[in-house]
Amino acid sequence: MALDSGDTAFIPICTALVMLMTPGVGFFYSGLVRRKNLISMVALSFVVFSIVALQWVFFGYSPVFGPDISGIIGSFMFIGLEGVGTTGDGIPDLLFMVFQLVFAAVILAIVTSAVADRVKLSSFIVFGLLWTTLVYDPLAHRVWGGGWAAQPGIVDFAGGIVVHISVGFSALALALVIGKRVGFGQYSMDPHNIPMTLLGGALLWFGWFGFNAGSALAANGLAVNAFVVTNISAASGALAWMGASWVRGKPSSLGMISGAIAGLGAITPAAGFVGPLAAIVIGMVSGVLCYYALLFRIRKGLDESLDAWAIHGVGGFWGTLSIGIFAIASIGGVSGLIAGVGEQFLLQAFGAVTVMVFSFVGTYIIARCVDALMGLRVSEDEEYVGLDLSQHGESIQV
Amino acid sequence: MKLVIAVIRPEKFELVKKALEVEGVVGMTVTEVKGRGEQKGIALQFRGRAMPVDLIPKVKIEMVVEDADVDKIIGTIRANGRTGKPGDGRIFVAPVESICRVRTDLEDSADL
Repeated sequence: MALDSGDTAFIPICTALVMLMTPGVGFFYSGLVRRKNLISMVALSFVVFSIVALQWVFFGYSPVFGPDISGIIGSFMFIGLEGVGTTGDGIPDLLFMVFQLVFAAVILAIVTSAVADRVKLSSFIVFGLLWTTLVYDPLAHRVWGGGWAAQPGIVDFAGGIVVHISVGFSALALALVIGKRVGFGQYSMDPHNIPMTLLGGALLWFGWFGFNAGSALAANGLAVNAFVVTNISAASGALAWMGASWVRGKPSSLGMISGAIAGLGAITPAAGFVGPLAAIVIGMVSGVLCYYALLFRIRKGLDESLDAWAIHGVGGFWGTLSIGIFAIASIGGVSGLIAGVGEQFLLQAFGAVTVMVFSFVGTYIIARCVDALMGLRVSEDEEYVGLDLSQHGESIQV
Repeated sequence: MKLVIAVIRPEKFELVKKALEVEGVVGMTVTEVKGRGEQKGIALQFRGRAMPVDLIPKVKIEMVVEDADVDKIIGTIRANGRTGKPGDGRIFVAPVESICRVRTDLEDSADL
């Protein structure tokens, strides 16, 4: 139970890296919306970070990482961080708590994709609190906190199931409840500031090193493996998406950065189980797969506005399955199909599908309730002048 | 020759531009502007207080066209720029005294 000074030095740095991902998501999204909603998108990410930061301290951490009660939820003994102190196994409990806090925050930030340009701020705060408590916390407990998914052997290194599948399908459900933006499909809603999105993408790529390497929870070889494969997969995804879109027209910078995020999302669950060459395949498949998911989403006329579903949902789903294909026992103690073991693939598929259903249904119910009680959407006039003015009373325009 | 100045909704601009192109009206000067009409913009409620947004982004299109084409162009802009709600914009028509091209010495010709 002694503290390790190396680990205790490493994890705060990773925590800070992951913290930067939340505004990173905000900046990434803010370039994709119309100019009148830029401030609102960045502001939402900070709002999300702040509410989750407090929620986690008061009652979020305990049901996730408290001692398990019948596989469903953790005990409430850590409410208000009671008994979470500066001692621990390898790293202080308090450090583990804050590392998990920044994860919980960035996840909710990704969900804002579904409500871009049209969400009422007050309703989103209520929705966000309910979502992180009722959807994210049970899922995180189930997979990481010793819940029932951990026992049959479903693995998720840094959050492919818990983070990316859950946000992707939650965003899809939320988009269905809130409805399309006024004028969606009738006139262009092209991104207004691509450099802003590229900058946000850079922050995400940078922060992801902390996200994946830090998930080893120690400064060791596994962390380095995660660090290296994360970079490889991001680069492969970027090139694959760029290539796939080049065939149909010009290779857009937006496609390239989206591919990088797709690669990062896919490698997240697998980072501690696969080697560098497998990471190339995982990233490339994810880049192409997510690109076609995005085209599918547009063809179907779904206004899941900023593609959390196509990129995180689909990429995370593929990444979760990929463990069952490429995992090598010498890296993370799990073997996949290429090592001749088929069982892990089925476990991963089971984990991915159940989380997909749980997060979609859970989010749909919460969103419907919030919508009925206080209305998720702003009025049409407020949407027309933009959320910057109508929700924040601020504007980037003169 | 007439100068047609249309101030329309930005989100309708692409539609209007394409429809005008079909009508053979290609030349235009386009500016992003802000403005308001009789409603003095839009009145929003923010935490119970009225928060007027008194200038709304619009797109201004300027075209110099033959007298005979004016009605057709106004019809096209109306058909494609309309939502039926306040804020759809205005079209102004003014006479043009003369036109000269910068590249050549051509003046007041029908080719312009």
